[in-house]
Formats: sequence, C-alpha cells, structure tokens
Amino acid sequence: MVRNMTRRGLLGRGAAMIGCSTAAHPLLSTVTLASAQWDTRLVVMILRGAMDGLDVVRPVGDPAFAALRPGLLGAPGLPLDGFYEMHPALAPLQPLWQSDQLGFVHAVSTPYRDKRSHFDGQDLLEAGTGMDVPLAARREGWLNRLLQGLPGLDSQTAFAIGRDEMKVLSGSAPVMNWVPSVSLTVSPQSRLLLEQLYHADPLFRDAALEAIELTELAVPDATSERGRALAQMVGEGGQNAMIRSLAGFAAERLFQDTRIAAFSLGGWDTHRRQDSTLPKALGQLADAILTLQTGLGPVWGKTVVIAMTEFGRTVRENGSKGTDHGTGGAMIFAGGALRGGRVLGRWPGLDEADLYARRDLLPTGDVRSYAAWALRDAFGIDRAVLEGMVFPGLTLGDNPGLLR
Amino acid sequence: MKQATIAAIRFGYGLGAGRLAGSAPDIMQSLRAADAMVSAYPLLSLAEALALRRNYFKTQDAEASGDPEAVKAHEAARLAVADTSPILLRHVVARAVASPAPFRERLHLFWLDHFTTRIRGGGETALAHSFADTALRATMTRRFADMLRAVVVHPQMLLYLDQTSSVGPGSVAGRRQNRGLNENLARELLELHTLGVGGSYSQGDVMEMAELLTGLQFRPKDGGFAFVANHAEPGPETVLGRTYGGMRRGGLDAIFAALDDLSVHPDTARHLARKLVVHFVSDRPDPALVAHVAARWRETDGDLMQVYDALLEHPAAWGALGGKAKQPLDFIISAFRALGMTGADVMALPRQPFQEMVVNALAGMGQPFMRAPGPDGWKEADEAWITPIGLSQRIRWAMRNPSRLVKPLPDPRDFVVQALDDAATPQLIWAVGAADTVAQGVGLVLASTEFNRR
Repeated sequence: MVRNMTRRGLLGRGAAMIGCSTAAHPLLSTVTLASAQWDTRLVVMILRGAMDGLDVVRPVGDPAFAALRPGLLGAPGLPLDGFYEMHPALAPLQPLWQSDQLGFVHAVSTPYRDKRSHFDGQDLLEAGTGMDVPLAARREGWLNRLLQGLPGLDSQTAFAIGRDEMKVLSGSAPVMNWVPSVSLTVSPQSRLLLEQLYHADPLFRDAALEAIELTELAVPDATSERGRALAQMVGEGGQNAMIRSLAGFAAERLFQDTRIAAFSLGGWDTHRRQDSTLPKALGQLADAILTLQTGLGPVWGKTVVIAMTEFGRTVRENGSKGTDHGTGGAMIFAGGALRGGRVLGRWPGLDEADLYARRDLLPTGDVRSYAAWALRDAFGIDRAVLEGMVFPGLTLGDNPGLLR
Repeated sequence: MKQATIAAIRFGYGLGAGRLAGSAPDIMQSLRAADAMVSAYPLLSLAEALALRRNYFKTQDAEASGDPEAVKAHEAARLAVADTSPILLRHVVARAVASPAPFRERLHLFWLDHFTTRIRGGGETALAHSFADTALRATMTRRFADMLRAVVVHPQMLLYLDQTSSVGPGSVAGRRQNRGLNENLARELLELHTLGVGGSYSQGDVMEMAELLTGLQFRPKDGGFAFVANHAEPGPETVLGRTYGGMRRGGLDAIFAALDDLSVHPDTARHLARKLVVHFVSDRPDPALVAHVAARWRETDGDLMQVYDALLEHPAAWGALGGKAKQPLDFIISAFRALGMTGADVMALPRQPFQEMVVNALAGMGQPFMRAPGPDGWKEADEAWITPIGLSQRIRWAMRNPSRLVKPLPDPRDFVVQALDDAATPQLIWAVGAADTVAQGVGLVLASTEFNRR
C-alpha cells in the first residue's frame, strides 16, 4: 500500500512539473517530436578540471606545436588524419575511430573568458548560456531546459549519475539521480511516519520518495548476452571500477526507458606531471565509453556520447611539466549514431600572434553549437528552440553533420 | 521559539547535556574564554608531523634493501602516519561533542572549509593537524590578515595548491632549471580565499600574484617552510594596482604586505561576510545582515571577533530556524550530542565502529572528511545534501546507530524534547509516540526535518 502511494506521489509530481514548465515556455508549442526520433540516446560527460585538448588531440601537423611542449609529450600519439594525433592512452578507442564511431572537435570553448576559474567555467558550461546572462538565470542546466521541451517525459527519462552535482541536468524538469550505494530500507511503519513527517518539506519529501524509487529499480538483466557482458565489465574492479559502475548503470537505464544520462569524470586538472596524470583520466574516459558500448548492445547504434570540459589549458607547458588553465580546447564525440572518424573545427594556429591572450589556444567555435547540432539531429529539436531556449542567445551556424 | 534553542541549533551543535550559551553576548563570552578543547583533544604540531614524515621516507629508503626488519620498520612508520587521519577527525568530533563553546567548533570547521585542503596520503598525512590548529584555530579569533599569513605559508596549503612546483621563470632556479610558474595558489587566493570570484581582479592580477608568491616553498628540513630567494621572480609585482617588492626582492615582507592588503579589501569583506551569513543563517542571506557584517569587517580591518559579534548581534541572525540543512559532519556530531554522549565516549569508541559510524558514514552522505572535490570546499545549499542518496544514508544512520552508541536507548518521547526542545513540532512528537520500536522512535527524531535543518 505504501509503495503504491509513493509511486503515485512521484508520478503526480513529475506531471505537475511538466505542466508548469510548459506554461512558462510558449516556445514549446513549436516542438514536435516523432516517437521514432525520440529513440536516440544521449550521454553527456562533463570532464571536470579542464582537459588539455592539445595533448588529447595533438596538432602535430602545426610546425609550432612540438617546441611549445618539449617536456610533455611522452609516448608518440596515434595517427588520426595526418594533421592530428590522438593521445596514446586513448588506444582502447582506436577501433571506434576506425569505424567512424569516435570524433573530435578542436579549438572550441564556451563563451567563458579570462578568469579561468574551474567553478565558474563549469557553471557556464552546464548552464549553456553566455556571459551576458545574469547569474540567477544560469541556475538551470541546458539538458534540463531540453527536457522541459520534450513531451511524454517521465521521471526516468533523464538520469544524473554519480556523487557530483550535475548542474547540466538540474532545473524544473524532473530528473533522477543515482549512485551505486543508494538504498532506503526501513520498517513499513517508519516509512509511513517519515512520509508524514516530510510531507510539509518538499526537499525532504521528494528526496525520500526518489530514494524509495531508486531502491526498487531493476538491476541489470542477467538473462541476456548483453546484460552478462555488462555485468562482467562492471565487476572487473581495478582503479576504474567506480567509473565503470556509473557508466554501466547509465547503459542499463538507457537500454530500457531512459533517454538522457549525464555524469562527471574528474582528474583533468593536470598542473603537474601531465605525462603521468593525464593518461589516468583518459583511461577512465575510454573505460566509460567502452562500458556504454558494451552495455547498450544493439542500442549503441542509436547513441551519441558528448564529452565536454570547462576550458582548455595553456599552449606552453608550465614549470612543473604540466599546463595551467587556458581557453580553447577540444570536445569528444562517440557512439554508433555518430558520423565520426573526423576532427572538426577550424584550426587557429599556434604562432604567438594566433594565440588567445598570447598564452591559450584561440577558440574558433562554440562547444554549445556542436552540442546543439547533436540535439537537433538526434531528437529533431527545432533550431528556434535550441537558439531561444536550450542555449539562449546562441547562433547555431552551419550544420557540421555530426550524426549519420 | 526560545532564543536558547535558536542559539544552540543555529550557532552550535544543537541541544544536549550541559549549559549552553543562550544569547549573543553569552556566545561571544564563550569565545573569549580559554580554549579548553585544544588541550583536552590535542592535535600534532608541525614539528611532530615532520618527524613522522622524515621517519616515513627514511624507512622507505631502507626498505628498498628488502631486509625483513627494514620492511617491518617502514610498515610501522607508514601506519603511524596513516593513523593521524582518523585521529584528526576523532578529535574534531570529540571537541565538538564536549565543547563548552560549540560556536568555536562551528567556526573552526567553517574556516577549515573556507581554506579547503585535502588530507594528503603517504608520509604527509599528518600535516593537516597543525594546519587545522596552528594556522586556523589559533588565528580565527584574531585578524583575518593573521590567518591569511599563517595559511599561505603552511606546508598543507603549499602542497595542496601546487605552490611547491611554482618557480619564478626569471629567478636563478627558474633560469638554471628551465622551470616556471604554477598559478594555482595565486588564483584561489584571489578567487576563493579573499576577493571572491566576482571580485575586482583580472587574469593579470593572478599572474602578478603568482610571481609575487614565488619563493614560498615547502622545506621539511627548515621546519616545514622557507622563503627560497633563488626561486623568487625578480622585480616588483603589481596586484590590484599596488606594487610590492623591488628589484632585489628577497623576503616574505612583500608577500605579507599583499596579503594584508587583500585581507582588508572591501571585496574580501563582502565575500567573507556573505559566506559567514550563508553558512550560519540562511542559503538566501538577508542583504541587511550581510551589509552589517561586511561594514564591521571594513571598520575593524578584519578583526574576526568583531565580525562574529556583528553577525550575532543583528536581529536578522535570530529569525526562524529552518533556512539551512545540517551538513553531514554536523548531523553526526549533533546526533552524538543529542544522545548525551561525552567527549570521552567519542574517544572510547573502538576503531571499527568509529570507522563505520563516522568515517564511512560521512563518505556515504557525500562529505568525506577533508576530501572536498575542489578548493571551493563543500556546498552550502540544502539541496546539495538532502538528496535521495544523502537522505537515505541519514535515515539509515538514524535507525541503526543510536542503539550501538547508548544503552539503554532513551524513551523516544523524552528524547525528542532532549534533542529539540521547543523546535519539535506537534507532528513529530506524535509520530515519535507512534513508532513501532524504541530504536525506530529515536531514529525518527534524528531523521526528522526539524533535526536535520537549522
């Protein structure tokens, strides 16, 4: 009885929120979604700490590159297109590159400039706005604003996964959060009493209801080949065990009813000894992508993964064999729905005069327009909605044709 | 609501045994009294931490020989250092549970978070002890400038924000070894520790500050810290329009002069005033209260006792409770207090239960001790803590642990009054009476919104 009550409460809450946000956004009337298009899966990874795009996707064809980083480049990179090489720690993803399921965009950034603060940079990346929008308007994440525009939403449509706060998904549209250790098991009488105690405090009430829901959520399906392969991968242990567990949960949910998942990867703030710190972060990224591929099975073909970071790093190495906070960087795309095998973006050059503030890679593109084109191609979202609501103030420009 | 209830819950660790300060003057009085907790539950000095470190690395070198005695010696040295991490947390908890001045303990954790660092691994774990007590606790009732100076030269901070790998590119060492700047400490000093991210500084100020900070180095053999002149970037540096040092800069004076100026900057006053009000009173701070505290900061050049007084004396600091959620560490400490535990009880908890009920519980609730994800420390907003995951861990803690901590458990109908006095709502009092067991009744009190909010 209790369980039914809470379930009703939860769904009621979600429905109320959709109604509410629909009223607040007249643009929504222009959104039309065919259910077939809504079949696509989207995974957004926020690479926290500022990934060094220049080391991950190395512009070895630029004659200035090698001299800027004499102490950073350890093992040789893996050839991509003649101009760029990929960091050797991404070797596990080479088959994806070869089958056009991995791609990059170089020399991109958010509109964030100059102060180079991780926290502000991440806030802006996740808000998806420009610097001209007042702070109060940056509370909602762009993925949440996307959800607000999608009909047929329920509370499991989108999942924020892991312990890190995912501002990119936060906002008025209902979103679920999950970490590996969540569970709420109390006596039925206590559950009933807690529900009454929390009733008047929406924060406590909703958190408790969602905890109950998550506790009851199905575990990976062990009857299928796909489910067993996923379970084995997640259970492997080692230093990337946590990230495989997050990606594994994402894959399982996405295989079923969830359409959007977001989680964080840390370890990118490579101020020191980048030759040993960056490979660890890249190893996690590769493991996360491969876990998704395994866990999604046939659905991988309908999946787009976007990995983005708050800004790039200085073009020159610093005094401790690392790099400091910069501006332009790279973003990473993967998935079976991708038309990959390409490094997109307009290369600005690395001569002193080409740099931003004479220290950073000059951004020639906006990460938001690539994300927006992915949303448009994946979900069929109107350009007007993308430019007006999801990424307010953005001009999309030409379609880079990210998806098949 | 009684003023004493608000005082205990908002500015302390809740109600519990013992007489507590019930008003603003009482709280300030408790802060002016001698700090009894620091000797009752002492932490290691910097010299002691460095001795542990020395022994760690010395035995590590010897271990390479493979001699079983040497291996054993290093294992002992390793454990001695590693133990200092749970000891630090245990003493922090014992102080907060036993303290006659809970506001002092709250302030200590506030500053430990404002100047976030992480407990280091390996031989350097114990450095956090003197950072907590010498750099922060001993200075938090003085001028902010004193705290800033103590923090910026402490090895714990120098290591955490990479100052140890920053060398002036034009310095002797920089030229000889082709080394350069690391901006990390300079940036966080401006962005987080003083002016705030909205403050009036530019990337140029960060660079100049980074150059000014060169020379600050971790030097274990010299007592932990030294100004290494041949690391220092030559020439004057200009931060926020003021110029520090000269062509033959060779000491700390120029760095301290810049820190002193930062400590009294109006942006620093505003940033810290807001942060104090948000931490103690509400996630949506009253602008009048922030302005009042910031004004006192400016008038007294950051005299922290005056600043606390300004916070406590303002009527807006005594509004209705409920504007904030207790962070996980505060939740656990106030649960210990409510259950009537003493500092001695905390110290007597065997290793395993302490690990489960404090160390692991904190990690589960999202706040592993001194392991915040970044230098901006823990989140303040209630939504950051009362999440499905965080709340389910609290409920589990509340239902399971009290019966392991106190025997016999109190009658839940008495406990709700002991823990919350007139902050308990009639609904909570009713629900506690309707619980199916004593343990669940006590658990309901600790899991309630009244107990988890402040």
